[in-house]
Amino acid sequence: MRSLLATASPASDLPPLTLAEPTLAEFFSDSAADGAVTGFVCAQLAAVVASGKPLLWVQDRMTQREAGKPYPPGLPSGLRLILVTVNRAVDVLWSMEEGLHCDALGAVLGEVWGDPPALDFTATKRLALRAEARAIPALLIRRAAHPDLSAARQRWRIASLPALPEPDDMRAPGAPLWQADLFRARGRPPGQWVASPGDAGVTLSHHVHMNTAPDSATRATG
Amino acid sequence: MKDESAQRILTFTAQRTGAAACVHMGNVIELRPVPLPAAHARLARARATLVKAEATLVHREPSQASPLLTPPLRASRPVAPSGTVMTRPATDAQGNAISTGPTTDRIALSRRIVSLHLPDFAMNRWLRWATARHEAPPDELPVVLATEGPHGPVVSATNRAAILAGLNRGARVVDMRALCPTLRVVRADPDGDHAALKKLMLWARRWCPWTATDGADGIVMDTTGSDHLWGGEAALLREIEGSLGVLGFNARVAMAPTHGAAWALARFGPLRTIATSDTLATVTAPLPARALRLDADTVLLLQRLGLKSVGDIAAVPRLSLARRFAKTQLSHNPLARLDQLQGRTAEPVSATQEAPRFAVQVKLAEPVQDPTPYLPDLCTALCTALADAGFGARKLTVTIYRTDAEVSQVTAATARASRDPNHLRRLFDDKLERIDPGYGFELITLEASAAEDMRAMQSRLDGRADDGAALAQMVDRLSARLGPQSVRTPTPHASHIPERSLAWAMALSQAPRGPDPLPVTERPLRLLDTPEEIRVLYAVPEGPPAQFVWRRVPHRIARFAGPERIAPEWWNDRPGTRLRDYYKIEDDIGRRFWIYRDGIYGDDRGAPPLWFMHGVFG
Repeated sequence: MRSLLATASPASDLPPLTLAEPTLAEFFSDSAADGAVTGFVCAQLAAVVASGKPLLWVQDRMTQREAGKPYPPGLPSGLRLILVTVNRAVDVLWSMEEGLHCDALGAVLGEVWGDPPALDFTATKRLALRAEARAIPALLIRRAAHPDLSAARQRWRIASLPALPEPDDMRAPGAPLWQADLFRARGRPPGQWVASPGDAGVTLSHHVHMNTAPDSATRATG
Repeated sequence: MKDESAQRILTFTAQRTGAAACVHMGNVIELRPVPLPAAHARLARARATLVKAEATLVHREPSQASPLLTPPLRASRPVAPSGTVMTRPATDAQGNAISTGPTTDRIALSRRIVSLHLPDFAMNRWLRWATARHEAPPDELPVVLATEGPHGPVVSATNRAAILAGLNRGARVVDMRALCPTLRVVRADPDGDHAALKKLMLWARRWCPWTATDGADGIVMDTTGSDHLWGGEAALLREIEGSLGVLGFNARVAMAPTHGAAWALARFGPLRTIATSDTLATVTAPLPARALRLDADTVLLLQRLGLKSVGDIAAVPRLSLARRFAKTQLSHNPLARLDQLQGRTAEPVSATQEAPRFAVQVKLAEPVQDPTPYLPDLCTALCTALADAGFGARKLTVTIYRTDAEVSQVTAATARASRDPNHLRRLFDDKLERIDPGYGFELITLEASAAEDMRAMQSRLDGRADDGAALAQMVDRLSARLGPQSVRTPTPHASHIPERSLAWAMALSQAPRGPDPLPVTERPLRLLDTPEEIRVLYAVPEGPPAQFVWRRVPHRIARFAGPERIAPEWWNDRPGTRLRDYYKIEDDIGRRFWIYRDGIYGDDRGAPPLWFMHGVFG
């Protein structure tokens, strides 16, 4: 909430965020209990669902214990899912790479807990190159992690925002909103948005430019 | 009332006469005769059943008929699932023998059964074990293995020095110690011996695909068609005796057309006897009556009757023997045993695992430690064999036969039948490191333990490959490395209880798709494996609490939707299970969760209801 209302731009100049450009993207979540990152990623899967190809979802045990398994009735309907549960981060990376060899997959999603030594610049670079060579999007969700050196082409930090009100029931939460912070990206300027799920993908609105220093933003509002 | 009974009768007769009646709301709407083919089909089915019954009757006759008649010679062929092409030469002959069908004199005695007798197995095994620990006793020290008898320990095995000292099996240890004060007594391990014999039996598969244990000190093998791989029958027997001798086991081997004859010759015949169907009678005639696998009482009885050798018993008129021994069981019945020996009664080698239909092997000149370099060639050879027969492998086993008489194997499975050599080889990428080579091995076998029909077909018109194959191969590789339980797909299940509404099936098993999921309202993106209890503050009987603590973090509930009440399934749940009221809640910083109250206040089912966290919304 800190500076979202500072310099808002209309949402229409941004296309909906989808997995159209196949590359490696990293998504960080500050809290394991927060479902925002899962919602943000799943909202982009419209193209995968439409293609009818399955999604390879790789989890390590710690993530599964802390954040739970994906629950298909809540995921986008029509999404085919192959769930892989492994013990070590190395196996997550190996499984993702193995999945990126296979043209029959729509996307590959990995979840890694913490900062394992195996997940270094080389590993992410391998994933990124492999994803771009085979044109399969690779998504990496990281929890309890620090954004160290990485070759991911987009690095997001996702958190929950209070949902829109439900029109029929004022006490209930309606369509979700997320705070999406693109803090490093190749080929597009970084920024912060308020994101919401749309029909074609994630709609980004209320763009906040990163080059506005926080102190100037607070000065502008107050 | 009358109407109803009339209708019932009508339906009944309609069914009986082969007509179909469609009855609706008490009125016969349509009654049309079923065309003749249905009646024909029923007739044909009845005839087929009759023929089958007659066939089994005829089939059973020889074994159950009066033993007065001389039954025809029967092949003692192993129980094989099918008689088609096999890549091992042994199984080639097998297939031919089976497909030729009825038993005639020519093929009845065409099997080649090797019986392997290990007279000092327990002692040899103990000596091997002691030698490996550098604790082997000197050769001149008498050693016996002892088991517990009713009156104290009893000698069950002796070494050479003990035999020379006059110690014999079955005697009490105290007596033998009096005879030979320097005696060393070791406790015998019959269970260990049994397990070791089973391992040795598996290891003996290096010579032929069908092996089975035969009593406590023997192994029986069906080597039909395998002998030429080892340079002939005599060479095979020498090879068997030699390699077991290197391992430290005294072995006596014999080869004969029947199990009974091979058993008798291995124990009572000359060294490395080879009996053919022509020489069978002459070779077995001088063997003692004990060679018929009879118990001691029957042997004694036969001796008192003056029948001391197999030849004597064979010379007695069949009628007399049958009259005397007709009702006795097999181990008391010399006639039945004689029939087994002469091949008149079938006695197949029943191996514990059926022989694989597709198997290739490579023999190495000297023991090696790493099977990896040989795998590509093996895979190519196996895939060629599979392609020739129009099959694909679903399960693969690499077996190595170690020099220390052990067998190690690794298995990989595929999600759908495959005969792509590169794919099959990659399934073993990390697994061969886990195989324990011991001191090395000199024989590797790759077999398709499960194979499926797989025709070559074009799946798409545009010439590109089918996506299904690529996906299945990826699932295979993941399952091979991570274990099949780690790679799963969701299968919907008809239940409203969230954790029961889907099952995670192994992707490898390609489980059929379940029923369509039940229509539900909004569901969370993630579900915790087990619901976690939350401590609530300001719980009110209706609606969610104002605040709760989950994983030691307090959450204040800002907004909520619900409740959605899910009742327990009385046909599944144990009594006392309470209903659940689910709420979708949003806390003060915008995180959305799915929590439920287990029961309601005042439902008389024990303590006040608890609250649980079950899922997370996006």
